[in-house]
Amino acid sequence: MSALLMAMGERARELGIPFNVHLDLTYRCNEKCVHCYLDHHDHGELTTAEIKNLLKEMAEAGVFILTLSGGEIFLRKDFFEILEVARELTFCVKLKTNAVLIREAQAARLGELGVQSLQVSIYSHRPEVHDSITKLPGSLKRSIAAIRLLKAQGLKVTIANVLMRSNMQDIYGVRALAKELGVECTLDPAVSPMLDGDRSILALNTDESVLREIIHDPSFTPNVEEFCAPPAPASEESMDAFPCSAGHNACYISPYGEFYPCVAFPLSCGNVRQQRFIDIWRNSEQLKEVRSIRLRDLSGCSQCVHGATCTRCPGMAFLEGNMRGPSTADCEKSYARTGIASKNLLAKKDKPSPLRLVQIQLVPAIMGSRLTGIGASAS
Amino acid sequence: MIKPLYLARSRRIAARKLGEEILVMSARGSTLFTLNPTATILWQAADGATPLERIVESKICSEYEVNPEQALLDAESLVEDLAKHGILLISEKPIAESSGYGEERP
Ligand code: SF4
Ligand code: SF4
Repeated sequence: MSALLMAMGERARELGIPFNVHLDLTYRCNEKCVHCYLDHHDHGELTTAEIKNLLKEMAEAGVFILTLSGGEIFLRKDFFEILEVARELTFCVKLKTNAVLIREAQAARLGELGVQSLQVSIYSHRPEVHDSITKLPGSLKRSIAAIRLLKAQGLKVTIANVLMRSNMQDIYGVRALAKELGVECTLDPAVSPMLDGDRSILALNTDESVLREIIHDPSFTPNVEEFCAPPAPASEESMDAFPCSAGHNACYISPYGEFYPCVAFPLSCGNVRQQRFIDIWRNSEQLKEVRSIRLRDLSGCSQCVHGATCTRCPGMAFLEGNMRGPSTADCEKSYARTGIASKNLLAKKDKPSPLRLVQIQLVPAIMGSRLTGIGASAS
Repeated sequence: MIKPLYLARSRRIAARKLGEEILVMSARGSTLFTLNPTATILWQAADGATPLERIVESKICSEYEVNPEQALLDAESLVEDLAKHGILLISEKPIAESSGYGEERP
């Protein structure tokens, strides 16, 4: 993210503007990825008219970056109708897709409409591995063909990979594929729990030693020394810092109109079918609660050695039962980085636990490109 | 006589008002700009139908104490700059509303 965009995001936060919205148009998908955290059934998606109205409300509220995701966005028959309205309203539109349904005509239309970027999910450079993860034969071939078409339109494409046991051998292969295609590549080093809190899919994660190896590999993390340095004590300033953008200048809307602080933070703050977007943003008690979270008040984390450097995700902590408590997934990450276990992690390790909670949040650079995984990419 | 210059907002950019500023991201290279007050006036008035001279006269000279000729020269160079970045479309003829897409390949 450019320094100016970050500065503008910060300015939006000060002004109380929801600068960045992630809108999932559907949870339906043509792929059935083994690691996906969504329920793919349609439980009553927002209609075309409801989405158009929502887009108008969001533009009026000052939303600038609009990420359209799913599920697979191209399964919505009205996708281009929605996108046209979004671009008429001059949103900076980013798309997350598996690209399987993108052919020449779709790529050309995306180019015409001035989409800012697309993130395409690729899990391996080998069809037998990628297709066994997506459960859609031929999906790798089609996704790659689509990436070429999108590039031919001059569109910015990023490949998003997720590290799992089944594809950990192929992370270098995916990097080489990205290079050949002339696109960036990100790696999310862990699978996220299901939105209903079910953690069974975390069993797909690699074990801790693989994660540690990746984090300490300079081709993945250019500033290894700094990133993996022993934690410094939290300053007064960091004690009062807020944890992330969720609810501060960013939020998430589900295909059913549910309003969450973030895609990875399923705390319902209202529904855009019942209230105006801006009213939820301004008045929701849940959002006010999220905005009040500071390191200083967190049980466990405020005394933790990792307090100042940890990428603690309040959404993950919420899914564990307490948005003001530790996120064991982040304790695991801090441990993988520094080799120092938090008290919470030690306590969890003492108990036999069915949970595997390795989930990395933010490693600045990976494979010569940025690792921006927040453990929550849906496509 | 100098030919009139018409300007229209490119439909390939993303834009939003943020406080007093207008934030614009060009499709070309995804470069982000914030528009200064003069650029904001020109941006808001760029309807494809009003010549630049008239915009300068009615929106800039009426607001600021400036020499009209100098203001027009400055505005021309600003508009050309914005056009170079793909933020505005400029033409010696009026620009139809639908023509903002597809003209600036990145
Ligand atoms: S993924 Fe977690 S840390 Fe990141 S923005 Fe969402 S809630 Fe915050
Ligand atoms: S390592 Fe765990 S306990 Fe420590 S700050 Fe991070 S989430 Fe909190």
